[in-house]
Amino acid sequence: MLSIGRATYDAIVAHARQDHPDEACGVVAGPEGSDRPERFVPMTNAARSPTFYEFDPADLLALYQEMDSRGEEPVVVYHSHTATEAYPSRTDIGLATEPNAHYVLVSTREHGNSEGHVEFRSYRIVDGQVSEEEVSVVDDTVSEPPSGIVSAHRAKD
Amino acid sequence: MAIEVRIPTILRTYTDGEKSVTGEGGTLSEVIEDLETNHPGIKERLVEATDGQSDLRRFVNVYVNDEDVRFTGGLETSVSDGDQVVVLPAVAGG
Repeated sequence: MLSIGRATYDAIVAHARQDHPDEACGVVAGPEGSDRPERFVPMTNAARSPTFYEFDPADLLALYQEMDSRGEEPVVVYHSHTATEAYPSRTDIGLATEPNAHYVLVSTREHGNSEGHVEFRSYRIVDGQVSEEEVSVVDDTVSEPPSGIVSAHRAKD
Repeated sequence: MAIEVRIPTILRTYTDGEKSVTGEGGTLSEVIEDLETNHPGIKERLVEATDGQSDLRRFVNVYVNDEDVRFTGGLETSVSDGDQVVVLPAVAGG
């Protein structure tokens, strides 16, 4: 299961809307081994394409060096699909290289740049195998009670 | 002294989980050959041969001292003792 803060969730959706009809991409970094996506890092899609995304190689190096120095890893790797559903494409599966990451796919196909529902789904992609997982959005605007309680509450929404 | 090579998570199966290994050589190509002798299989993940010509794989980024080797001569980029090589798979998809 992916447990993600409301503010981060909203930031990913906003990034996807803003870059529509091109694909938006980025990561949410978190302490290594914690599985906590804490630091939202939107990236530039160097491909500037509605059907492809790629982090700029220089930005990619800077990102990984920064995460390294902070003891972080990419807990979430996200990108948007702008004309198709929020499910990993064959290319996404072939190029997935972070076995520990949650791959988040959002789709802006319904409303584009406008407000409105944005499909938000999460997957593990390991050795070419895709498994979808539940997404639990936790309220991160107030001081956090034990996370288990928040997840259980939010899951009913 | 040798050349430090930073290994991404996905390739640490070849390095017993090590994040960083050392290699020897005067060019990136030679360093990769040296890595291959100690970590068999890793070369194939970095380099591909097309028409008898070896090149870095399209979705593998390699940096020598923070410079993307695509701009410094690719596999023939020269390296020397104390240099740092970073390997990062592209974060990309469709």
